[in-house]
Amino acid sequence: MDEKKYAKLEQGMSPKTPLVRNMVFAFLTGGTICLIGQFISLFYMSFFDFTERTASNPTVATMIFIAMLLTGFGLYKKIGQFGGAGSAVPITGFSNAVVSAAIEHKSEGYVLGVGGNMFKLAGSVILFGVFSAFAVALIKTILVKLGVVSW
Amino acid sequence: MISIFITAFIVGGLICVIGQLLFDVAKLTPAHTLCILVVAGSILDGFGLYEPLIDFAGAGATVPITSFGNSLTHGAMAEAEKHGLIGVLTGMFEVTSSGISAAILFGFIASVFFKPKGKI
Repeated sequence: MDEKKYAKLEQGMSPKTPLVRNMVFAFLTGGTICLIGQFISLFYMSFFDFTERTASNPTVATMIFIAMLLTGFGLYKKIGQFGGAGSAVPITGFSNAVVSAAIEHKSEGYVLGVGGNMFKLAGSVILFGVFSAFAVALIKTILVKLGVVSW
Repeated sequence: MISIFITAFIVGGLICVIGQLLFDVAKLTPAHTLCILVVAGSILDGFGLYEPLIDFAGAGATVPITSFGNSLTHGAMAEAEKHGLIGVLTGMFEVTSSGISAAILFGFIASVFFKPKGKI
């Protein structure tokens, strides 16, 4: 069976993805996670010395901590089944990827297992984030030096 | 005060819907989707468009993974403004250090305290 035939067969066999339903659940889940984040940043703004923009740092760290607990107790998986991308796209999904890989590979030891596999999925996000940030900042710096745009 | 909670919910939800469309319509894996969103956030910041979004939506813009790309670029550009080209390297993780440190630290702590049970 050639590749095209297989792809056609697979398309016919696999159940249709309920697109609208998935989108609604992703919207609600992602929106709720961001809403919780907004409450956390309000907490940091009113009880500590943070402004609207700097509050995002401790907020992100707190969300990562909460996601660690949810992942450790096996609850994040359930949110993921319900919310799809709504649970993967927020920073909690990044944390879930790191924490679940770390716990999963614990049996291989701390150095080779946990240390080596922690950034299995998250590593690609960091790599492409850093590379694109490098490219964008480089282009902008050169354009500013040439006097095309200003900071 | 109330309005930022509403915009946070809507903007955060919409970014997740974009992610869901990349999953279902473009048939991408989660890793590819997250990489595309990070790169998108980084490019948006290059045009100076991400900071206004944060002012508008608060955590709705800072919690999705796009803000990771934004803060990497933002740190790099802020240092480049001060120190020239070398600032692109030195400033890269300036803003986003808390996220990376928290992920590494909490990931390790979790691996010490939690036992693997099936797929998490």
